[in-house]
Amino acid sequence: MKILVCISHVPDTTSKINFTEDDTKFDANGVQFVINPNDEFGLTRAMWFKEKQGASVDVVNVGGAETEPTLRKALAIGADTAIRVNTAATDGFAVAKQLTKVVQDGGYDLVIAGRESIDYNGGMVPGMLAALTDANFVNNCIGLDIEGANATVTREIDGGKETVSTTLPLIVGGQKGLVEESDLRIPNMRGIMMARKKPLTVVDPVDATAETASVKFEKPAPKGAVKLVAADNLDELVSLLHNEAKVI
Amino acid sequence: MSVLVYTESEQGKFKKAALEVASYAKAVATQMGTTVTAVTFNTSDASELGKYGVDKVLNIANAENFDAKVYADAIKQAAEKEAAKVIVVSSTADSKYLAPLLAVGLNAGYATNVVEAPVSTSPFAVKRTAFTNKAFNITEINTDVKIVGLSSNAFGLVENSGAAAVEEFSPSLATSNIAVQSVDKATDKVSIADADIVVSGGRGLKGPENWGMIEELAEVLGAATACSKPVSDLGWRPHSEHVGQTGKPVASNLYIAVGISGAIQHLAGVNASKVKVVINSDPEAPFFKAADYGVVGDAFEVVPQLIEKLKEFKAQNA
Repeated sequence: MKILVCISHVPDTTSKINFTEDDTKFDANGVQFVINPNDEFGLTRAMWFKEKQGASVDVVNVGGAETEPTLRKALAIGADTAIRVNTAATDGFAVAKQLTKVVQDGGYDLVIAGRESIDYNGGMVPGMLAALTDANFVNNCIGLDIEGANATVTREIDGGKETVSTTLPLIVGGQKGLVEESDLRIPNMRGIMMARKKPLTVVDPVDATAETASVKFEKPAPKGAVKLVAADNLDELVSLLHNEAKVI
Repeated sequence: MSVLVYTESEQGKFKKAALEVASYAKAVATQMGTTVTAVTFNTSDASELGKYGVDKVLNIANAENFDAKVYADAIKQAAEKEAAKVIVVSSTADSKYLAPLLAVGLNAGYATNVVEAPVSTSPFAVKRTAFTNKAFNITEINTDVKIVGLSSNAFGLVENSGAAAVEEFSPSLATSNIAVQSVDKATDKVSIADADIVVSGGRGLKGPENWGMIEELAEVLGAATACSKPVSDLGWRPHSEHVGQTGKPVASNLYIAVGISGAIQHLAGVNASKVKVVINSDPEAPFFKAADYGVVGDAFEVVPQLIEKLKEFKAQNA
């Protein structure tokens, strides 16, 4: 089984989010970049398929050379090879079009992409990629088992979960639940050393225009101070929620 | 040319998110000087949609249970029939599942997590959240057909006078290779996605056996229950209740956090809630900085008292 894990290169959750160039660009200055958390769950599940079922695991990112340390980290965790599509990730649709070529050229049986990136939160790449490559697709995937060409997939639905059966080729939008947080791997020294020698192929982008354009960023208005209510005066809290906040 | 909106229903009843996207579609249609057409599946009575500004309903009765590919393709055909240039979908799990497929089908630009009526319709620009609620992003959609994914609880329900004329629509159905084996869903509980109020518990509650008071508080308020990541990691509560960056996003009117310190990953996921109340024994808990109202105190004393006070309030205001 050939697996491709899509890796988004995103600012660490604890990063301060600032913008430059008249609020049109993200300010990457001093920001630590990481593997998108939703992708990390998928990568760890892919490692399980590699170790238990002999799958091969490639990782891919659409982005400039600055994203390579993130791909190297994925190699250090255990992926076999990495591919970088050498173009800026402009919008989800454009990224999906770039990935389509990679998926078709590589003949992958299973593609795992995070349900959304934690930076642009578009949440569209896995579905668009599935539609563009005519693969079966399950979003918000929290459980994935494969036996031959058959897959059993559990997805999160509002208020519960749903288990479906389908076949390869399959694309899933992954998230926590594919593996648990405690199963995530930190690259060890041997992995880091090996990752340096693993192939990282840079491929040229296909001609794909973005369908949307980011015009400007805004930061939320600063929040007022918290109103503290004494623990023995909860009538006041009820009154505030009713009369002031008008939420009950 | 009408604005098309996909209004989800469950067992014949429209979801709150459906009425919200209908309200939103009406606002877009007014801006563009056109009408609203809703697409529904298997609804016998769509008259409720008229109240939220829908002029016409295309009801599809030949597709059975939800399948993202089949539904997306059917909605695509409805959009083509109506020559719709703008399509509005909600942020439910099912809508977010099918919308990317619809976008490819119509070669439409798609903007998700939109929080207000379009900033302008020419060029078509919307305001959406990005960086997991830490910023807003003005995004232009430059394709002929545009898809707007509305964030939950961002626009609200807006009543309009109108009568939705229902028309049966039977698109050709795509074949799907996905078969549902089982569904595990609490039907008697409010889901986090649909809830106006969410009551959430953290590690401060010390163990799963103490969740009775969280459930009772939620019941008094008609709220959904949720939990922080450590609680779901420890297996005290199911993963489906985990809210935060890697869990479910919450955008309720009122979010009550009990015994949750407020890690940045948690705050990112719940920040879109309008009013946040924090109950925590540690006055230094970072969540207080992000809260609107706070009670510093022992949850095991505060929550039962709050339940009593809310019951009294409900009795007086019933």
